[in-house]
Amino acid sequence: MSELFSLAGLSFLLVVGMTLGGAFIAVGARNIFHNVLGLALSLFGVAGIFLYLNSPFLAMMEILIYVGAICIAICFAIMLSEPLYRPRPPRKPIKLLGAAVGAGLVFVVFAALVKKTAWVPAAMRSDDWSVTTIGHYLLTRYALIFEAISLILLVAMLGAIVNAKNGRGREES
Amino acid sequence: MYNNLQTFLLLAALLFAIGLYGVLARRSLIAVLISVELMLNAASINFMAFNRFLIPEPAVGQIITLFIMAVAAAEAAIALSIIIAVYRKLKSINVEHVNELRG
Repeated sequence: MSELFSLAGLSFLLVVGMTLGGAFIAVGARNIFHNVLGLALSLFGVAGIFLYLNSPFLAMMEILIYVGAICIAICFAIMLSEPLYRPRPPRKPIKLLGAAVGAGLVFVVFAALVKKTAWVPAAMRSDDWSVTTIGHYLLTRYALIFEAISLILLVAMLGAIVNAKNGRGREES
Repeated sequence: MYNNLQTFLLLAALLFAIGLYGVLARRSLIAVLISVELMLNAASINFMAFNRFLIPEPAVGQIITLFIMAVAAAEAAIALSIIIAVYRKLKSINVEHVNELRG
């Protein structure tokens, strides 16, 4: 219990609070811009959790890719699509309740699974967390993953451009 | 508390459940996409937690999480372009209006 009130414990609580609070804003708020801001808050929290899981490199990547790129892209999509002032009818409470019950059931099952399983750590073969090792692995043993990532990103980029450009010229003329 | 695998797994499960609620409850396509991002992040936390506590070589889990991030970025780009195309065609991004393929 004493470790909870140390600096590390308190900042861990802060990070967890950011993650969960941001997630609640991201799904709960009715204004879509508040959703994106909640998502950004939650992703900052996840970056902090990665710090607690020993990986500053991935925390930085999380902020760069998710907060820096995906949230901005979502903001652009919001501005290019439906206007915010359009009135929206409120949702039927029974449907919201159904969604909450479904998600709650999934959480209960996962939590029971986590509690029941006996987690056995494997024997450590190395404790090398460095970016250098990740780079070596990406270019030797996991080169296939590296190539797959680059191919996926290239195809996704081309597809996104083609998709978003389609039908634009004809509408404006 | 933060040296315990179960804490992180429970946190990831909670984040996943919140994202699942968003996917089920929200009607705006962009809000659904935001919820999917939350669920992907829950998966990343899971991988990183196993990587920290159970896996013999800690570089491997980081590579997997990087892979998830790249796939999420590709998915977001594609989904957003589809959302913009749908809005141009239907003038709405409500999931209940996108039902042209309904039998």
